[in-house]
Amino acid sequence: MAATFQQGFERLRATRVWKSIFRRGPALTNRTRSLAVFGNLFLHWLPVKVREKSLRVRASYYLGSISFLLFIVLTVTGLLLMFYYHPAAPQAYRDMKDLRFVVSNGVFLRNMHRFAAHLMVLLVFWHMFHVFYRGGYKPPHEFNWVVGVILLLVTLFLSYTGYLLPWDQLAFWAITVGSNIISAMPFIGNKVRFTLLGGNLVGENALLRFYVLHCVVLPLIAIFFIAVHFWRVQKDGGLTVRPDDDRKE
Amino acid sequence: MSETPKPAPASAPGDSAGKNGVTRRDFLNEITLGALGIAGLGSAVVTYQYFSPNVLFEPSTTFRAGNPDLFPVNSVTYLQDQQVYIVRTGEGSFFAVSAVCTHLGCITQWKPENEQIACPCHGSKFKTDGTKIEGPAPRPLPHFSITLSADGELVVNKLQTVKPGQGLKV
Repeated sequence: MAATFQQGFERLRATRVWKSIFRRGPALTNRTRSLAVFGNLFLHWLPVKVREKSLRVRASYYLGSISFLLFIVLTVTGLLLMFYYHPAAPQAYRDMKDLRFVVSNGVFLRNMHRFAAHLMVLLVFWHMFHVFYRGGYKPPHEFNWVVGVILLLVTLFLSYTGYLLPWDQLAFWAITVGSNIISAMPFIGNKVRFTLLGGNLVGENALLRFYVLHCVVLPLIAIFFIAVHFWRVQKDGGLTVRPDDDRKE
Repeated sequence: MSETPKPAPASAPGDSAGKNGVTRRDFLNEITLGALGIAGLGSAVVTYQYFSPNVLFEPSTTFRAGNPDLFPVNSVTYLQDQQVYIVRTGEGSFFAVSAVCTHLGCITQWKPENEQIACPCHGSKFKTDGTKIEGPAPRPLPHFSITLSADGELVVNKLQTVKPGQGLKV
């Protein structure tokens, strides 16, 4: 059974359509396998070879990968939530209530988005601490450490902008308090707060601005830096490995 | 096609320095970068202007609080729509004290049993004249200008803060 499956796959890989899409036939040698990775947009940012040590759970706890997986979950669930959500006062609150009590499986999607968001903040912080304590910021990883810090900030801004969208009391006061923290910035604080909120208080303008930031601007920034981050992991020679990474417990 | 030998870079048309030692290439590079820089700066400025609204549909900052007789002597009245306390002292002076906590903007509450204004968010406490008793708030609650309109009603202007003690005597 497995053999016939294998044969079928090999035959598929030899077809003209396959070669047209992937630009090459079966990759049977190390060289052709490497070329297959280099020549594919979706694979080229992954390493061709990895050290076995770096795949151990101990080496990373897969914290970065899980963060990325949560980002995908959040993108998909967030996109689905957008179909029922109007970023307008007071409709936003009603839409949130509808998602919880009226829309089929809406409460599932909303909670998935919510918990994935909480988890992502947790995981990104954990990832940062883990990398820090392993010395993963040392040369040649300094640049990727900085990209990672940017990604941490983008995650926090995503979390903060998403906080306002349910348009309930918690959202309102959280953003009121948060935007007053922003206005404590020297010299430009009040201007930044006014521009971010689109007014002097948290109102319709603020809701719309936070919605656009949350659904378009920040995800695009995140995708850009995630791409750079992954690509640099490979270019900097893979994950930081330490002598005791393959130790047996 | 590519068989003709390329001219050495030093003798390229734009690379011979003129009177001031500036080549045509350098000149065009600087002009282009300068133009792009000015255009970029201009775009940044107009984008910032675009993001600063000129008309706001926010509650008016000046409001009428009603007839002075509505407020008993020695009382603190919270006006919810305006987030302002109208304080009437024993001597009959009126003060308009902001109800917005100076710490992070939560709305404070008048606690008659303790004769204190208390913030639910982070526990700041104020006296009725706005001075701080305790808590993280960095400043006392500001006093707003309070005047009497021609038809005898209290008018508060929230854009104009006054020194505590500059109340209205009626």
